[in-house]
Parts: sequence; C-alpha cells; structure tokens
Amino acid sequence: MTQPSRGGEYDVAVIGGGLVGSAMAWGLARAGQTVAMLDEGDIAVRPSRGNFALVWVQGKGLGMPEYAGWTKKSSDDWSGFADLLREQTGLDVAYRRPGGFMPMLSEEDLQARANTMMRLHNQPDMIRYPYEVMDRETLRKELPFIGPDVVGGTYCPLDGHCNSLRLLRTLHKGIGLLGVDYRPNHRVERIEHRDGGFRMTTAGGEVRAGKIVLAAGHDGARLAPMVGLSAPVRPQRGHVIVTEKTAPFLHHPTVYVRQTDEGGVMIGDSFEEVGFDTTLQPGISSAIAERAIRFFPLLGKLNVVRSWAALRVLTPDGFPIYEESKTAPGAFVATCHSGVTLAANHALTLAPLIAAGGLGDSFTPFSARRFHVPQAA
Amino acid sequence: MFRRLPEIETALNAAGHTVSFTIDGRPASARAGDSVTAALLANGVTACRTTPVSGAARGPYCMMGVCFDCLVTIDGTGNRQGCQVRVAPGMAVETQNGKREVER
Repeated sequence: MTQPSRGGEYDVAVIGGGLVGSAMAWGLARAGQTVAMLDEGDIAVRPSRGNFALVWVQGKGLGMPEYAGWTKKSSDDWSGFADLLREQTGLDVAYRRPGGFMPMLSEEDLQARANTMMRLHNQPDMIRYPYEVMDRETLRKELPFIGPDVVGGTYCPLDGHCNSLRLLRTLHKGIGLLGVDYRPNHRVERIEHRDGGFRMTTAGGEVRAGKIVLAAGHDGARLAPMVGLSAPVRPQRGHVIVTEKTAPFLHHPTVYVRQTDEGGVMIGDSFEEVGFDTTLQPGISSAIAERAIRFFPLLGKLNVVRSWAALRVLTPDGFPIYEESKTAPGAFVATCHSGVTLAANHALTLAPLIAAGGLGDSFTPFSARRFHVPQAA
Repeated sequence: MFRRLPEIETALNAAGHTVSFTIDGRPASARAGDSVTAALLANGVTACRTTPVSGAARGPYCMMGVCFDCLVTIDGTGNRQGCQVRVAPGMAVETQNGKREVER
C-alpha cells in the first residue's frame, strides 16, 4: 500500500475500512480529494466480512419512505457501479439483478407480508416500484424447488446480489489505485476539532484532515460524540451457513437462502440481541438450516463447509444515519446495516456531496436528531 | 503411475479378494479393503475431479480424509471423499467435473 506521503495532512480522513468506509473513500478520491482511510487491524469487529451480500429493495422503508427511495436509487445505480469497479480494477464483483423472493411458510405470514408491502407503498412520498404477491403455483414457476410447506411469497424485480467479499477486496484495490492512503492498525482514540480541521490521535500516530467521515460501524457510537454527532448503534447478531459449491440451480436470491456466483449456497437471516458476541450457536445454525430445508428440501443433501456469526450495525429504527456536525462542520457520520445494498449510493452520490462540501436538505430525514424527540407522556 | 507392492499383489491374488466396480461406467477391479481412492489410483486414474471455480484438475493428496482433493461421485452422490469410503462390489464411481449437482 501507499506510504503516507502528505505529512499526515489530507482533505478527508475516512474512519473505518469496511464496506461503508471503503465505498466512501473510493468516491471521495474519485472526486479529487486526498484521502486517508483509518482502519483497525485484522481482529476488528468486521460485519463487512460476515454479511449475506444481498442488494435488496423490497420491504425496506416502512416508517421512512426516504429510505425506500434511497435504497431503490442504490439498486438502480449498482450495475453502473459494478462496471466502474471492473473497468478500474479488473475485478468482477458478480452483481446480478434477477429479482428476489421472500418465500412464506404460512398463509398468515403471507398475508402479513402482503399487508406490510401495501402499507409501505401507501406511505406519503413513497417512491413506487413493482412487486408481486404470489401464490404457491405462481411462485413455483419461478422457483421450481420449493418444498410443500411454502404457500407463496413476494417478488420484486429490483432485488439482486453480489459477491460481497470480493466487493470489499475490489474497493480496497480501487482506493489503492486512486492514491488513498490506507492505514490499518490506526484505531482512532481521540478526535479534536480545531482551526477548521480535525486532528485524530490514533494507535498509529497523529493524522490531520480538513474533513472527516465516520464510517466506523459499531465504533461510531464511541466516536460520533467526539465531534458533536450521535450514532446510537447496537450490534445485532446473525448466523450464516455456507454449503459446498454446487452447480447453479437457484437462479434468484431470497431473503433466507441464495446461491453465490461460485456455487456455494448461503443460508441466513437470524436475529439475536446478544451484544458483542460472535460465538456460533449450534442451536441457531440448526434452526436456520431447518427453515432453509423447508423452503428448498433438496438443500438437505448438501454438505456444509462453513458457518459463522456476524454483527449487524443497527440504529434504533434500523434506518441509516447520514449527518454533518453542527458544532464541528466538516465532520460527517455515515452508518447503516446495508453496506452492500447502499455501496453504490455511498460511492457515487454521498461521497461526491461530501467532497463538494455538504449533504443538503434531502438528507435531513437521515439525521440522528430523529432519535432525540422527547417521549410523549 | 501407481503400482501395488509385488508381495501384497501376490498374497491378495492368492486369496482371491477381488472387487468389481465401475469407473465412469467402465468395468474395473480392486482389492477388497481398498479405499475408493486407492482403487482409482491402482486403475491408473490419478486425476479424479476438476475444481468447481477454475476447473483445474485435482487428484488425491493426503489419503487420510483431510485435504478433500479426492472428491468423487459415488453411487450418485457427489463430493464424497474417496479415501474415506471402502470400494464395494458393484459400486459406481464417477470422476467429478467441476461443481457437484444438487440432486446428486
């Protein structure tokens, strides 16, 4: 990697080297900024290495229609984003948008899901996008391997997926080519705002920058208050199982099960509130494996090669936080749990805005001030 | 490439412990007690599969269940570790081309 060559002075320091930080650093450098990306070491809590790799639209944004629009925009821009990455790095992040399914195992669940989708789309200012509620027979034409317990599901043609480990690797290669100084083992201990700039005390020495972007995931909760921001995130654990590589048979991603570009089948979508604990729980792995087999019985024949647990970065309402500090202008926070889905937005929309100076009014709904409303009596 | 040690060959022949099976549909024979992998090697099959992503040829390496390079399809089930299964009369062993199929 590039050695620090600017005397520790940068236009922007991005704090966090996961998917959000890397996409931001890539976009900032592409917009002509000199950028340092400050990262922890190999043992950092690293959701970017544990996620499920969906680029997902359907169902998101109930309670915040702006988030639905933001998500759809990223999905719409993802194909071009993948093309830019391929042209720059020669690496293919395997983005596909075949449309995705949310299969259901009971009529009650299917009805509840249909109601949720309707309520989502009935919100004022909601961006419209196509989706379908399918009965079992319609679903089976698209997903021929569903088991007898599947009663139907919802489908959205905008949903897709990618190879998210390769996305992280590709972004890191890309920022290297753009001249970003990647600084691992630079955990930020303190941030001071002075003389219109920022001074970071890190495990690897001092770094100074005109602007900073907090993209530190779980560590945002600690760092944001240092510059008058707030990122009240908590870890939510999810388990993932991956099978041996198998000839392609599952041509659409689902929320629970997807087949990767290299053939492995990933099984996921558990939710546990256990703090910073990534210990694998066999009971939970069994439960998600059993559910996956109810969706697709033929998965029962496959061997499992790996399983793990990772920690989602969740805000109190599950929506992202994007905000510039009022008391320390030039300090921005960007945090979300959908670092894959939103990568195109972070790189192509958010980063250029920050490079140009500010977020603008359209980002007001994403401010963390929404969490500071006094509770009604 | 691989040959049995002459004294073992002689002893086994004398005892008549021969097992008939097939490799990719072709008749083949092995000694009772052979692992599938040993039986393949004794029949001159050194590359038993190609890898699922790059398609490179692979052959048995560790012979003790660790390396997973000896994967073959046995009686219709893919990705079996040949070194961990004893060859049996009538067994259908197939070399494996790339990824296993989910239904076999």
